[in-house]
Amino acid sequence: MDAVHEVLGRSALVSLTATAIALALGVPVGTWLALGRRRGRGVLATAVNTGMAVPTVVVGLAVALLLWRSGPLGNLELIYTLRGMIIAQVLIAAPLIAGITMAGLQALPPELPDQLRALGASTPQLVFRLWIEARVPLLAAAMAGFGHAISEVGSALIVGGNIHGQTQVMTTSIVEQVRKGDFNDALLYAGILLALAFMINAVLTSVQQRAASWAQS
Amino acid sequence: MRSTAAALALLATLALAACGDDDDSGQSEAGSDKGQMILATTTSTQDSGLLDELVPDFQDESGCSVKTVAVGSGEALELGEKGDADVLLVHSPEAEQEYMSSGHGVSREAVMHNDFIVVGPEDDPAGTKRAGSAADAFTSISKAEAPFASRADESGTHTKELSIWEAAGIEPNGSWYLETGQGMGETLTIASQKQAYTLSDRGTFLATDNLDSDLLVEGGKDLLNPYHVIVVEGEGVNRECAQEFSDWITSPEIQDQIASFGTAEYGEPLFVPDAKG
Repeated sequence: MDAVHEVLGRSALVSLTATAIALALGVPVGTWLALGRRRGRGVLATAVNTGMAVPTVVVGLAVALLLWRSGPLGNLELIYTLRGMIIAQVLIAAPLIAGITMAGLQALPPELPDQLRALGASTPQLVFRLWIEARVPLLAAAMAGFGHAISEVGSALIVGGNIHGQTQVMTTSIVEQVRKGDFNDALLYAGILLALAFMINAVLTSVQQRAASWAQS
Repeated sequence: MRSTAAALALLATLALAACGDDDDSGQSEAGSDKGQMILATTTSTQDSGLLDELVPDFQDESGCSVKTVAVGSGEALELGEKGDADVLLVHSPEAEQEYMSSGHGVSREAVMHNDFIVVGPEDDPAGTKRAGSAADAFTSISKAEAPFASRADESGTHTKELSIWEAAGIEPNGSWYLETGQGMGETLTIASQKQAYTLSDRGTFLATDNLDSDLLVEGGKDLLNPYHVIVVEGEGVNRECAQEFSDWITSPEIQDQIASFGTAEYGEPLFVPDAKG
């Protein structure tokens, strides 16, 4: 077993990186789904919403099948690495972020895009303006994505392998302690993980609530 | 708007700061020059703590960067067959022989053994303590229809359990036969909670905390649990490191270390070395 601060650092590293990448992918996709008028949008929107319901262990298995040496991406040597775990968690968090982004933008007044266009906004200006209007749900999307990523164990176990000193994170460590009947340490780790999640969400929530009150004034 | 940007900037900074860490914690990948070696082994060896003691020494001495993955013996052999692992440390002799004869291994050497034991509730409702062998104990458990927890996960222990049922001429089924599909530690906990019997390796039984079960049957040839190290045959495997690991763990020095491992913590050694040195 590794020292707890190493394991905690690894959890934070993997899940924060995965959330940042998932935001970069999920917010544009969700925006396109909310605003686009192309065909096929409905199918993709359903796919995104279904993506929120895919078990993390299934994502883990799919990513592992790609990353194992015998898999198509085996040459990249990403299996049992933090980078491999980040890839899996991006796939876990991105649908959630895209789905909440879509719902958040669709909750804006429907005439808003046309009004902005009439005022001469270019597409990037329009999108940026809408993101600012929808900042409260967008921050909720970030928190949901991060929460999903840091709490999942299914893909972390398969893709990461719970390798001591390398890829052991808080959740896989808790699984190992439960297996060994070491419930005290399991609870201690659970408490520490919750404390980390609390701190990160406290920052994001305070930003979100300030943004919300600014919207009302 | 400013706060949203600030929040995103904060998130990005945290992520970047974390990424910076990645290179530090790129750990053993750095100092190694012979590349990466994946050791697929069983949860029972990992949970005993033996590998945590041995593997770092091997990394230092050999310059191989080791990734130890703990799975069931069945899955470990599967990983080897696909070339997804370089070296295996497993305990499922019949499946291992099949694995070797189908040409997936370069070599297979005896490393050590411990033994399987039958554990169960203290009051022993099926009277297994009077049984002369594991097969007799299993017979009395099935006659009494006392709850029995099976790993049911194609692990080495599960394979062993099935062979004992076969020797006893019993096909276990019924509501008393609980199939957990989980590892040894979880199955021991379930057995303890449900006042059920189970078959365990001695090491995991000693290393698992919070159990209410007693050791009921031990000894006898049918309860030996031998571990072998297998160097995987296949394209792209790190043969050099795998062979070095196989030679190293069967060397007299490491065999001595295995012989004394666990004495400090459990008052008895967990494994008996087996390599012919």
